[in-house]
Amino acid sequence: MKVIEVNNLCKYFGSFKAVENISFDVEEGEIFGFLGANGAGKTTAMRMLCGLLTPTSGKGWVAGFDIYKDTEKIKRNIGYMSQKFSLYEDLTTVENLELFGGIYGMSGKEIRYKTGEVVNELGLQAEKDALVQSLPSGVKQKVAFAVSTFHSPKIVFLDEPTGGVDPLSRRTFWEMIYRAADRGVTSFVTTHYMDEAEYCNRVSIMVDGEIRVLQSPGDMKQHFNALSMEEVFFALAKQAKRSEL
Amino acid sequence: MNTIEITNICKRYGPIEALKDVTLNVGQGELFGLIGPDGAGKTSLFRILATLLLADSGTATVDGFDVVKDFREIRNRIGYMPGRFSLYQDLSVEENLAFFATVFGTTIRENYDLIADIYRKIEPFRKRRAGQLSGGMKQKLALCCALIHKPVVLLLDEPTTGVDAVSRREFWEMLKKLKAAGITVFVSTSYMDEASLCNRIALIQAGQILSTNTPENIVADYPFTLYEAKAGNNYRLLEQLKQQENVRLSYVAGEYLRVVFNGDDRRIDYPYMELKEVKPTVEDCFIQLMRHES
Repeated sequence: MKVIEVNNLCKYFGSFKAVENISFDVEEGEIFGFLGANGAGKTTAMRMLCGLLTPTSGKGWVAGFDIYKDTEKIKRNIGYMSQKFSLYEDLTTVENLELFGGIYGMSGKEIRYKTGEVVNELGLQAEKDALVQSLPSGVKQKVAFAVSTFHSPKIVFLDEPTGGVDPLSRRTFWEMIYRAADRGVTSFVTTHYMDEAEYCNRVSIMVDGEIRVLQSPGDMKQHFNALSMEEVFFALAKQAKRSEL
Repeated sequence: MNTIEITNICKRYGPIEALKDVTLNVGQGELFGLIGPDGAGKTSLFRILATLLLADSGTATVDGFDVVKDFREIRNRIGYMPGRFSLYQDLSVEENLAFFATVFGTTIRENYDLIADIYRKIEPFRKRRAGQLSGGMKQKLALCCALIHKPVVLLLDEPTTGVDAVSRREFWEMLKKLKAAGITVFVSTSYMDEASLCNRIALIQAGQILSTNTPENIVADYPFTLYEAKAGNNYRLLEQLKQQENVRLSYVAGEYLRVVFNGDDRRIDYPYMELKEVKPTVEDCFIQLMRHES
């Protein structure tokens, strides 16, 4: 089943073509990497997929909903996590879960059941009543992921989720994404860590508003005759005509 | 003489030990990387060297001057680029640069040679306010401002955080040139892949230095034979590895999983998988040292 379907999607701001004719599908349970240099159009594309920005033209469906007509349904059926903002620092772990569960319209009973499940699964027993601001960054990140998937969305958008986190926590985080994928949850990830692109089933790289390549990391490295995703990324980013200004 | 000498520095904030007995030397003309995650203590150490924060105990010197007694001398000799954008958002590119030059009693013209390469890239936008610049441009302007008084040593606290891979690489190219011009560079980062670009690195975690060496020697000191494994479903393979007693350590690493065995028994009960020996990266070493400490 396709969780994201995008055909010839465009977004123009005046004469500036932020996103130009992108088309791709993402399957259920897939881990999809969405890469591009600053200014390539990633954020604009992602905002359209999350129902936050109306496209100029083209078609798109996320979790089965139309990105023009059903933006409210999309918001209710996706999860979103970014490094910059995800949690309320002066609430506890459990309070954050309850708050987001409430916002997404879950019942009290559902919230209680799901809270117990999440705390067990992620091993947060010791941290469940601690204020988020007191948690180490690796744990915060785990909690942020738990919050973003608390309402059981089919797909979660992860916007640079691992910046500045220690390598061990970064690995635990990717194990969480794998576990979610194993249960059928799709992850749509942007990252500046090129090695993280290699965790993804498939990766797209945007240059000047267009998707220039979309392949599995292995195929992409072979295609570009490169040893790492970083080399692939540079080979493509060098072709960019517009700068991030 | 070492340009930076840090001896037994400790710093706590209430119950939190931000720096635990840190000792480090940075030689003259070295490009030295302090590598560790957020909250490891990197910024505290930089602020102590920049004479903006007092250590609880221990001593540190920069270019031979004591960070407590001789703070005035140090301030004229360092170029400090803090992690958060520290320029004046309402001043233009040009005004920011002129301001920093004036504060240090110099002019843009006097040391223009040093910044020319970097400044040329932002010069077309010299009338633009700093607050309106993109991340990569801000970073270049901040570096120009830190260099305009021709410092002996550059203290760069996470200059590449949040900057895309292309700008990151450009930035490291600039650092190499500055090093070639004889400037000592002490730079912190949470990106482990930047380690190989430094002459020497110190790995820091929870206020403690885990290891200090050249990147090559850090990798050479890895105590185990490391393998990488791959299957159709890496998550299931990882679950299996975690259950096996002959597996000492297993974790995800991109397209492959990393595996360390307890002995010579390299049996893995999983059909259709690939296993081969692999050279550790600085990140693998960091993980090993972190586990060793805790």
